[in-house]
Amino acid sequence: MSNAVEIKNVSMHFNMAKEKVDSIKEYLIKFFKKQLFFEKFVALDDINLEIKAGEVFGLVGLNGCGKSTLLKIISGIYKPTTGSVKVNGTISPLIELGAGFDMDLTARENIYLNGAVLGYSKEYINEKFDEIVDFTELHQFIDIPMKNYSSGMVARVGFAIATVTKPDILIVDEILAVGDFLFQEKCEKRIDELMSGGTTVIIVSHTIDQIKRLCDRVAWIEKGKIKMIGETDEVCDLYTQTSV
Amino acid sequence: MKYFQTFLRYRYLLFNLINRDIKVKYRRSILGILWSVLNPLLMMAVISTVFSTLFGMGGKFGGLSVPFHIYYLTGATIFNFVSEATSTSMMSVFSASQLIKKVYIPKYIFPLEKCMFAFVNMLFSLIAVFIVMVVSRVEFHATIVLIFIPIIYALIFSIGMSLLLSALTVFFRDILHIYSVFLTAWMYATPIIYPLGILNDHPKLMFIMKLNPMYYFVEYFRSVVVYGTIPGIRDNVVCLACSIVMLIIGIAVFKAKQDKFVLYM
Ligand SMILES: Nc1ncnc2c1ncn2[C@@H]1O[C@H](COP(=O)(O)OP(=O)(O)OP(=O)(O)O)[C@@H](O)[C@H]1O
Ligand SMILES: [Mg+2]
Repeated sequence: MSNAVEIKNVSMHFNMAKEKVDSIKEYLIKFFKKQLFFEKFVALDDINLEIKAGEVFGLVGLNGCGKSTLLKIISGIYKPTTGSVKVNGTISPLIELGAGFDMDLTARENIYLNGAVLGYSKEYINEKFDEIVDFTELHQFIDIPMKNYSSGMVARVGFAIATVTKPDILIVDEILAVGDFLFQEKCEKRIDELMSGGTTVIIVSHTIDQIKRLCDRVAWIEKGKIKMIGETDEVCDLYTQTSV
Repeated sequence: MKYFQTFLRYRYLLFNLINRDIKVKYRRSILGILWSVLNPLLMMAVISTVFSTLFGMGGKFGGLSVPFHIYYLTGATIFNFVSEATSTSMMSVFSASQLIKKVYIPKYIFPLEKCMFAFVNMLFSLIAVFIVMVVSRVEFHATIVLIFIPIIYALIFSIGMSLLLSALTVFFRDILHIYSVFLTAWMYATPIIYPLGILNDHPKLMFIMKLNPMYYFVEYFRSVVVYGTIPGIRDNVVCLACSIVMLIIGIAVFKAKQDKFVLYM
């Protein structure tokens, strides 16, 4: 079976500047005072991971361990400091809270904007528009600016757009956590559908039950390193036992 | 080839963003698109009133072969185009941080979009130029069909400069302020509100003028639109070289820095 994602020796370093230097003036002052050293923060350390095409892969770990950073590297949003990432197929936008929306625009406008981000024509979105809105169940809110939405409502729109076509790889970062249980069920059903159609799904969640329900395999990340990769139950059980 | 394919994939995004800008700009104003035509006309009225009063010399002075307001309007059209394209592009990448942080998008889309939007606005202000030419009974020459040449030079130049500026602005926010001062200086260094002829007695100033790419774009535009002359090979080479060099610099800087953008947003 071929791999959807291959991650080889990936490390990600961030500059931990105590204060951000974002003007020439500050830069020059710091430069002459010789204060321009950056503290390096290693968010991911030598990650090796292969995700097979068609599987549902889970990532678990405590807050700040690097899960979202890893997803951003897979999506191509971050370039890793070292190492390489190979992705086979199209990736849906990273859906997490407040996904790539312009909050000043209405949901309708954002659906077209996001569709365009994915390379869909206006005609194509027109065709799919009702389907998207039906999925969100937000008919009466569709023409108000998204800044007035609740976080669950934003998540609904994000999920609906990202799954309107069958992406080769779907990435879900904790978005399911803010939806109510009805919507969670709906999303899980949609994920099942996509999966049976061959989509690879990568899920981050702090709800272990959800991971257990959906995932084939799970990786446990601890402080930027992979602590364990394996069968869902095995990893989840060890994770919950040692983390409490 | 690969680049061309990604560009094709994102063309809907480009159109969508331009569309959005047009909506935002024209939705709330009663006069709608007319405003783009009226704005340069009003500016022209103010400037030429001030100047003809100041110099006390009717329509033509300083060796101008066309009325001052035509001279001003043609120069301002090109200058304002480059100025609007570059200054709106500056913040474009940074303002798109919400999108860039969540989805992979080729980031050059954003400055490119602002340049195209400025281009659309400039087309509207061309209407103003033609109206004024008709009303002032300025002769239309056959050379006017070449009007697209200086516009394309200015567009390429703007895209290059926008790529450069938008990349730098991500790292140094204060470039915004520096650039607005620079634009004012640049306007005075270009023959727009004064006749080029007044520099004839100042060879040093004239020399400096000739280092300014905008001088060539503006004069090229005037040549084909109002003077009825076709600039020679030399002018074309200079214009083309300025815009291509700027484009190459812009692309090089943008390409080298774009992977770091997201870490500074
Ligand atoms: N742009 C950035 N600049 C500096 N540090 C960052 C940046 N992005 C993330 N980090 C750091 O990297 C680490 C990992 O962050 P990440 O968001 O990947 O955690 P996470 O596993 O998704 O946590 P959570 O469960 O809370 O979502 C954190 O310590 C965070 O402070
Ligand atoms: Mg996270």
